[in-house]
Amino acid sequence: MVESSMIGSRIRERRVMNGLKQSELAKRAGISPSYLNLIEHNRRRIAGKTLNRLADVLGVSPGLLSEGAEATLIAALREAAARAEAGATPGENPGGGEGAETDRTEEFAGRFPGWARLLADLDRQRDELEATVKALTDRLAHDPQLAASLHEVISTVTAIRSTASILADTKPLEPEWQSRFHRNINEDSQRLAEGAEALVRYLEEAPDARSDIKSPQDELHAFLEANGFHFPALEGAGGAARIGSVIARAEHLETAAARGLARDALEGYVRDARRLPLPEIGQALAECGPDPAAIAARTRADMAGVFRRLAMLPEDLTGPVGLVICDLSGTVILRKPVLGFSMPRSAAACALWPLYQVLSQPGAPLRLRLKQGDARVLALAVSDAAGPARFDSPALYRPHMLLLPDPGEGATGPAREVGITCQVCPLASCEARREPSILGGGF
Amino acid sequence: MSKKVILIEDERNIIEAISFILSRDGWEVKTHSNGHDAIEAVRAGRPDLVILDVMLPGKSGFDILQEIRGDAGLAATPVLMLTARGQDKDREMAERVGASRYMTKPFSNAEVLDAVRDLVAR
Repeated sequence: MVESSMIGSRIRERRVMNGLKQSELAKRAGISPSYLNLIEHNRRRIAGKTLNRLADVLGVSPGLLSEGAEATLIAALREAAARAEAGATPGENPGGGEGAETDRTEEFAGRFPGWARLLADLDRQRDELEATVKALTDRLAHDPQLAASLHEVISTVTAIRSTASILADTKPLEPEWQSRFHRNINEDSQRLAEGAEALVRYLEEAPDARSDIKSPQDELHAFLEANGFHFPALEGAGGAARIGSVIARAEHLETAAARGLARDALEGYVRDARRLPLPEIGQALAECGPDPAAIAARTRADMAGVFRRLAMLPEDLTGPVGLVICDLSGTVILRKPVLGFSMPRSAAACALWPLYQVLSQPGAPLRLRLKQGDARVLALAVSDAAGPARFDSPALYRPHMLLLPDPGEGATGPAREVGITCQVCPLASCEARREPSILGGGF
Repeated sequence: MSKKVILIEDERNIIEAISFILSRDGWEVKTHSNGHDAIEAVRAGRPDLVILDVMLPGKSGFDILQEIRGDAGLAATPVLMLTARGQDKDREMAERVGASRYMTKPFSNAEVLDAVRDLVAR
């Protein structure tokens, strides 16, 4: 049934809503009650003066009577009915009743626009919630941190169960075996306690929690941020010997795993500081400014080392400097955000970042202006080898991306528009998109 | 002569417990704790049974199982897979690559022993 043929139903609906009798409306509109009766039962098409007079008496615009409900509302109701039907058990009607009268959708929307809109909204919300639940379930199932923690806990439980069973069931058990298995149970119970604690902390801090610390990597970053990425105690001769005391004093390193990561990071810091000591880079900064290429040329240091050194110096020496380092899998292993340029905490970053471009051209540096929302930065990227070349293992490159204040279009050309990570990226058409965004109309 | 079992597992205390119960049951047990060169250990050991963990450093148990099944000299060796991951897709994967049996952690000693005896007696 086409919309215009439903004018009569809408007139009747409005008349009843206004508490008017059919004869009263007919009289005030200057038509006969029998003619109005035919109109209200959609047996006469009306327009022009009659429609205007009826609309005037009913206190609505003629358009509302003639156009009826919005086409989008009707489409939404039809989609809701189709989804309910698709989700119902075969042979049963959704809700156990008669099912939706899809042939009367337009009439329903026209007579009860408020209810129709509510129904359409509820259906849309249900659809979005279902997609969100699916996305969160997928994320949980594929979360490497959670998988690793669960694996650790289950393996430890297995060892304890097996060992305890030997102690309980093996008669006689030689004293040296008894002693060994008691020691194993003791070790495993400690591991289990630590693993369970880490798991609980992770789950407690999942979506609803406000704490930023979730994984050992998060603890490391909280530690680095709390220190402004700079460690005066590790500068100069004998820095390596002071790593232990820096870690021991750290408030944010709660787990052994995080302390291990921090040790690796600080050992790297000391190596960089040794290659490019503070007085030398300070002098280079005074002469060249925070220009990594000029500093590398002047000091003969490698470009990635200069990046790391610049990012780990106090801001009053260098100005705002950010840094991202990833490994060969593309996983971000160090992030120092700056100038409003955001970086994902655990998800893979935007594939358009030059960080990933240099993966395919190790050693060749890249300079590019980036635009991420309102943030504008100059990005310098280079990939360096994580260790010496070997014939028996793949070359492990670590791409670095240094972020500096945007010099403007004149310096390096137009800015490339990039995101943070696909899940929260608003860019509508992006060839690099690997998954839908949760922004906008749901997943 | 006792039958030989190679246990490829990276958890030291699980290795110790399983080795103990199998040795007490009369099996000759050899152990290996990384995936990287596990296939060489199996080739060298020529065991009657391989007990293989899925998550190993260096190489996954599924990859090692594929190598065993692809080696003419080892293809018929029964393999008992152990894993902390009980998901259906892991079980399907184990069956697809040719696991003789699949056991999810945490298992009991009796289950392991029964499975080993059963697989080698076939």
